[in-house]
Amino acid sequence: MMASDAWLVCRRDLRIEARSRDTARHVVPFVLAVVMLFAFALDADSVILRRSTAGLFWVTVLFASTMITQRVSAIDRLDGIPDAMRLSRLSPQGVFLGRLMSLFLQLTAVEVVLGAAIVVMYDVRLDGVALVVASIPLATGAMAAVGAMYGPLAAGVQGRDSVLSLLMLPVLAPVLLAATNAYGVASGTTVGPGWRWIAMLGMLNAIYVAAGMATASALLEES
Amino acid sequence: MNQPSNSTASRGTRILGIAAIVSGALTVAYAFWFSKADVELGNTVRILYVHVPTVSIAYLCMLINAVSSVVYLRRRTPLPDLLAAATGEIGMVLLGLTLVTGMLWGRPTWGTYWSWGDPRLTSTLLLFLMYVGYVTVRNIEAPVNVRGTRSAVIGVVSALLIYPVRMSVEWWGSIHQGRTVGTPGASKIQGNQEFALYLGFLTFMLFAGWLTMHRFRVAWLADQVATLEVDERIAERRSEASPDSVGVGEVTP
Repeated sequence: MMASDAWLVCRRDLRIEARSRDTARHVVPFVLAVVMLFAFALDADSVILRRSTAGLFWVTVLFASTMITQRVSAIDRLDGIPDAMRLSRLSPQGVFLGRLMSLFLQLTAVEVVLGAAIVVMYDVRLDGVALVVASIPLATGAMAAVGAMYGPLAAGVQGRDSVLSLLMLPVLAPVLLAATNAYGVASGTTVGPGWRWIAMLGMLNAIYVAAGMATASALLEES
Repeated sequence: MNQPSNSTASRGTRILGIAAIVSGALTVAYAFWFSKADVELGNTVRILYVHVPTVSIAYLCMLINAVSSVVYLRRRTPLPDLLAAATGEIGMVLLGLTLVTGMLWGRPTWGTYWSWGDPRLTSTLLLFLMYVGYVTVRNIEAPVNVRGTRSAVIGVVSALLIYPVRMSVEWWGSIHQGRTVGTPGASKIQGNQEFALYLGFLTFMLFAGWLTMHRFRVAWLADQVATLEVDERIAERRSEASPDSVGVGEVTP
């Protein structure tokens, strides 16, 4: 029941994205502009750019996650939809997981474009590919979980753009730290066992998903 | 209809307030006159009489906030919601004070106000920002139940960081010192310094209790006023709709 509800909500969000192409039209150009602006800001120094690649990548993904979360959550605030959701008998946990999945897939699509742009434009080379490949879905999952939890909460408030960023960014700072360090170990700029950062990302995922599942009913009822 | 009292003071708050003032005066006396400068830290040890109590009481406020938030999410009664609001706000202020006093202590001791590589400092800043988010959402106008649910969820999630912040020195290593006081006999400071520190704990505990009671009552009064306004508007609409009043679409001579 919960899984089918999650799949239903996820498919709905992805179908809306396929029709509106908001992520493709707004978020993808935004992340590409950031890649270009960082290159200008850092004086086109390829050594500095390569050293800061992980930080640039994840900060950009973090901003993209707030943009996508805002858009996905705003859909659920349109006329009549909050009441329809409450009356639909959809499982609140299923709605949360569905939103998480749709955010995860949209963020992954943005990361593919962003990663390709960074590899090409910053001339990045990776040694520990396994570490990076493991860290990306885990960090993305954590961002999607926080977005799925805080998005509906902030969607109904005045000044929701700044409120959502204020709520999401501090909670996601540990994700940024772990993902950046995992990448740093993979690229040889950080010393230490890289897998402990993967473990930290796994733990953060578990915490955020558990918190989201625990609060899903309350947020669906009254937010 | 009962009109709510327009005062947030009571006999209890007055006693608590006077006790906080007396305890605060004693803390100042012990911090500046009766305790000597530390052998290692010099006069900067006096900052710790504020820094250590504020962070401990901030954690306590945040824990009360989290427990009250959980109770609110389960029972949906106004009292835990108002208690969570009061303690969340006071916890944020005390944690802000902790950060400021920590930076003032860090400059002469470490040679810098801030170190981004230190897990205790950075995690405390994150915790502070989470509670800034809590207070921001709390102050956004919304129906009482919606506002309560939103802020309770943020309160519960924010509280998850308290234990990692508390343990960050032990878990990740830090230039920040470990526990200043612990089990009896294990404290790093003794004599009048230790007494001044415990007085600081008492002062900030009393001060936080006093503030919590006032903030709780202010929040309760604000909700009462909002309810009265709604009741007045409903009464106005009813009087408009009564048979004696002019109906919709009718034209008065």
